[in-house]
Amino acid sequence: MDTQITNKNPQMRYKQRKEEKPLMATGLSYNKSKALRDRLYALIFLGPSLLVLIVFVFFPMFRTLYLSFFLTNNLGKPTVFIGFANYISLLSSSAYLHSLQATFIYVIAVSCLTLTLGLLLAQTASQKVRGISFFRTIFSGTMGVSVSVAAIFWLFIFNPSVGMLDQLANLLHLPAINWLTQPGWAMTAVVISTVWMNLGFTFLIFFGAIQSVPSTLYEAAQIEGVSKIYQFFHITLPMISPTLFFVSIITLIESFKSFGLIDLMTAGGPDNATNLLVYRIYQDAFLSGNYGLASTESVILALIIAFFTFIQFKVLEKRVNY
Amino acid sequence: MNKNITPPITQRIGQIFLLLLLAFFILIPFLLGFWTSLLPTADISKGALWSSHISLSNYYTAITQTPIIRYLFNSLVISFFTMAVQLLFCSMSAYAFVFIEFKGRDTLFYIFLATMMLPFEAEVIPNFVTVRNMGLLNHYAVMIIPFLTSAFGTFMLRQAFMQIPKELREASEIEGLSHWRFYAKVVLPYSRISLFTLAAYSFLASWNQYLWPMLTTFSDSFRPVQDGLRQLQSQETFNNWGMIQASAAIVVIPTLIVLFIGQHYFKSGLNEGAVK
Repeated sequence: MDTQITNKNPQMRYKQRKEEKPLMATGLSYNKSKALRDRLYALIFLGPSLLVLIVFVFFPMFRTLYLSFFLTNNLGKPTVFIGFANYISLLSSSAYLHSLQATFIYVIAVSCLTLTLGLLLAQTASQKVRGISFFRTIFSGTMGVSVSVAAIFWLFIFNPSVGMLDQLANLLHLPAINWLTQPGWAMTAVVISTVWMNLGFTFLIFFGAIQSVPSTLYEAAQIEGVSKIYQFFHITLPMISPTLFFVSIITLIESFKSFGLIDLMTAGGPDNATNLLVYRIYQDAFLSGNYGLASTESVILALIIAFFTFIQFKVLEKRVNY
Repeated sequence: MNKNITPPITQRIGQIFLLLLLAFFILIPFLLGFWTSLLPTADISKGALWSSHISLSNYYTAITQTPIIRYLFNSLVISFFTMAVQLLFCSMSAYAFVFIEFKGRDTLFYIFLATMMLPFEAEVIPNFVTVRNMGLLNHYAVMIIPFLTSAFGTFMLRQAFMQIPKELREASEIEGLSHWRFYAKVVLPYSRISLFTLAAYSFLASWNQYLWPMLTTFSDSFRPVQDGLRQLQSQETFNNWGMIQASAAIVVIPTLIVLFIGQHYFKSGLNEGAVK
């Protein structure tokens, strides 16, 4: 197969053509064999992807669902069927409900801040000032920062003994904050770091969207003497609303899946204040060996994310139609 | 915006002030990180932001005394292979969904789409058991094989391939061009911007993998850079900030360079994906 892709040998090319040509001569048998051949091609073209998806997406999906109804041994093998007992024990456990609550707070805070600041960056960078492209490059910079680098940067800033913020507080005679060891502040610190990481990507997409708004709209508004703020809310925002929606769903979904920054900065602490859904799955499955319970948590997470993705599909579909 | 209508001077100063303020907040973690990577740890731990011994010695320590270069190499290998195979597999399946007619094509496509709803994080438990049974643990393969294809990539390339006029395929069929040749000679070159975008995406996604490598690798010879930094940081917490910042800089500088070079392509590709 590979040789056919790269083959530049004219003789081979000729041969191939000769092989396929006779098929076109006869009507019915041609159609039939074409259908057959196309099915074979479909199998070859789709086969590799299908195989990977079956093994690493479809199978684990059913397996996770299956495991969520069982007690498991420490190798992850199901032992006793217990029906919905895992679900019931989770939804009545105050620790899990606390995790859910913390996750929702985190997701909402991260999404709101990311969208607002992303818009502010994009709008500011859309102005025509000398050297603006320099600022655009800076604003998109955090896209190149991976989760562990971001964690190191922010751990340093939030560090109680060497950190920047503490020195600043000292300088201003404000009380020192133990950012990562006080529940509320730990959540704040994680939210700030996540938003910072998100901004590069969000900025780029918003910036692109704002650029594609027809400039005639602004010119007309300017002739009317309409203020910049009014223009932003009545021209820019409505015009980029599809992008706004797309980005908000993506941000929401990504925040539900947050793991790296939590693991690196707080490890779910202090006092489980930042023990978000994915981190809890990791703890229950891989630290406590409770695979059944962790599978149940996975199913709940998947349902939450599927819900938001579904909404996104529905809205995108609608947009394609008009 | 019309050039004839220049905003008043106060407004311009306000704009520039806002730009500088925002840039400052975006940049401060970078700047602090890079700056402290140049300071001796002894001074950093006293809380000093200035030192008379500014040098690259933290970088030297990081490179000679930690496996950071090995981590980078591992990540490069993993991300490169993931990207290359993902491009091949995703483009092949996208091709099938656009140019090959077969029964149940739409159903299958919707099944592909549906997998985008499933977060990998919710499936790590069975996947971990699978790779353990396959004997892949603690090897490059374990971080490549589960990500050889992506529903998102297939979806994105399908959108791109649909822009190719159908008549082109019909004409090529009459010419006797096989699916392989049409795929390789027409479809791929025609969609190279989308392919480039997917390449950047999948490379970055693989590079930023965190949970999966953490679960499946246990030795420095295969550990990718995200997990490697975690390792360094947990071993050295509160001890050697200078060296940790230097390691972070070693990791982030290549990505930043690639990002700024590829930004133009990336931006247009992202918006293409976002608008559709």
